[in-house]
Amino acid sequence: MSPQPRDPRGTLDAVYRLEGARIVAGLARTTRDIGLAEDSLQDAMVAAIEKWAADGIPANPAAWLTIEAKHRAIDRIRRSVNLTEKLGTVADSERQRTRVDIDEGGHDFDLIVRHEGIEDDVLRLLFATCDPVLGRETQVALTLRLLGGLSTREIAHLYLVPEATMAQRIVRGQRRLAAAGFAAEIPDAAERGARMRSVLEVVYLVFTEGHTSTVGEEWVRPQLCREALRLARMIATLTPDEPEVHALAALLELQASRLGARVDAHGDPVRLADQDRGLWDHLLIERGFRSLARAHALAETPGPYAIQAAIAASHARARSASDTDWATIAELYRMLSVLAPSPVVTLNHAVAVSRAAGPAEGLRLLDGLADSSELADHHLVAAVRAELLLELGDAWAASVELRRAAELAPNERERELYRGRAEGAGARRPPPD
Amino acid sequence: MRFLMTTNGGGPAPDEALFAEMGELIHEMARSGILLATGGLGQGQHLSATGGDVSITDGPYAEAKETIVSFALIEVRSEEEALEVARRFWSVVGDGEGDVRPVFGPEG
Repeated sequence: MSPQPRDPRGTLDAVYRLEGARIVAGLARTTRDIGLAEDSLQDAMVAAIEKWAADGIPANPAAWLTIEAKHRAIDRIRRSVNLTEKLGTVADSERQRTRVDIDEGGHDFDLIVRHEGIEDDVLRLLFATCDPVLGRETQVALTLRLLGGLSTREIAHLYLVPEATMAQRIVRGQRRLAAAGFAAEIPDAAERGARMRSVLEVVYLVFTEGHTSTVGEEWVRPQLCREALRLARMIATLTPDEPEVHALAALLELQASRLGARVDAHGDPVRLADQDRGLWDHLLIERGFRSLARAHALAETPGPYAIQAAIAASHARARSASDTDWATIAELYRMLSVLAPSPVVTLNHAVAVSRAAGPAEGLRLLDGLADSSELADHHLVAAVRAELLLELGDAWAASVELRRAAELAPNERERELYRGRAEGAGARRPPPD
Repeated sequence: MRFLMTTNGGGPAPDEALFAEMGELIHEMARSGILLATGGLGQGQHLSATGGDVSITDGPYAEAKETIVSFALIEVRSEEEALEVARRFWSVVGDGEGDVRPVFGPEG
């Protein structure tokens, strides 16, 4: 039983994923330049591959990388024009705030590199990658890159775009951030609220893209869901007093708990009502409940994520689909439609109302949606109408709606599902005269 | 991918400084979003079954250093990541032994 040899590249990837955000965040604070911080870490990683392969992996690879990245940052700054100013900033604050002296070289690699304020550094980095000067796609890419510790190639793969496209998006984003100037301070309360909303939207968007893909042939991409969940957990630890952060974490834990039951053996989607609840992940459900309780304890009135999490929690509590407390869910959707109105919320409200008060009531709410241009051509509206029409016994009208849903659905898996159901519904009864 | 990190008994009793370091380490794991659950285990009872006949006794137990006394369930992207976390953990603890094992489940 001899010790296993460690693969330098595997270890390096692991360390980058676990510690990359912290290293870049610390360097970004001292150099006030995210691009420089990231480039320096990349330099350090290149150095690590050579050095570790030759000399073996250091006892504390994270500390090694941190120190090497710091040296590389200094090298880069030395080569740049505004040498004196930036170098001064790095040296002064590093001496005060870390146990490693950059000028001495910090050769004690066993040291756990740690300093006060890491959490603020990471939070500041997160606020930067979700800066409103960036487009949503860029915010997502930079957040996954810098906070999630994913490589450009991995992000490109997850979003099914060429690596060069993603690399360009990331570089441009970093340039925009550099132009905007990296804020050394956490934004004040008002600005912080707006930034936090942006951060939560970015994380939620990553999750929903994994949950119901808008591109490609696969219906779900669980890895995106897991990355989003990891980010949500991270942010909840960074900002323990923000109710909506815990609410988002709760929502994602609860939704992720059903990932294993949402897809059948052929990769086809399984509707909530048809899912084998034994396949739900009860560890995640429990974590979701705990985060939701925390969100409730922190806020007098629930925010939009807390309401959505409460809805997900209602489903999680139901032992079977028929046990679902639809009256409560309908009420939660009503609250949500006031707080964060959107056609999709109205659609879900209609579904809940139809479960609580009958399909005719639900259809009445849906008819009110016909004027909403945003949803008029949405496959989900057609699919829900079809379901309610079936319940009312109008199979022919339902099959028409299902064929329409098949035309409008964004991915092939869903299109197939709707086509299959349309055939099933149409076969049930001949069209009326 | 989920991994269960376990520590065995028999090591030196932790002092206050080690408790503080461990607390910091656990917080760090939570902050990187990988810690799902953690806990310590008491002595408990021993169960054995033969042909469906179950007997519960308060022994015999394996030696302390072969008994699990604490665990952490983590969710990471690779085995290397799990090993790095475990390595970090043990470098803080200093002395002792334990395991890191993949958990089979829906996420594979």
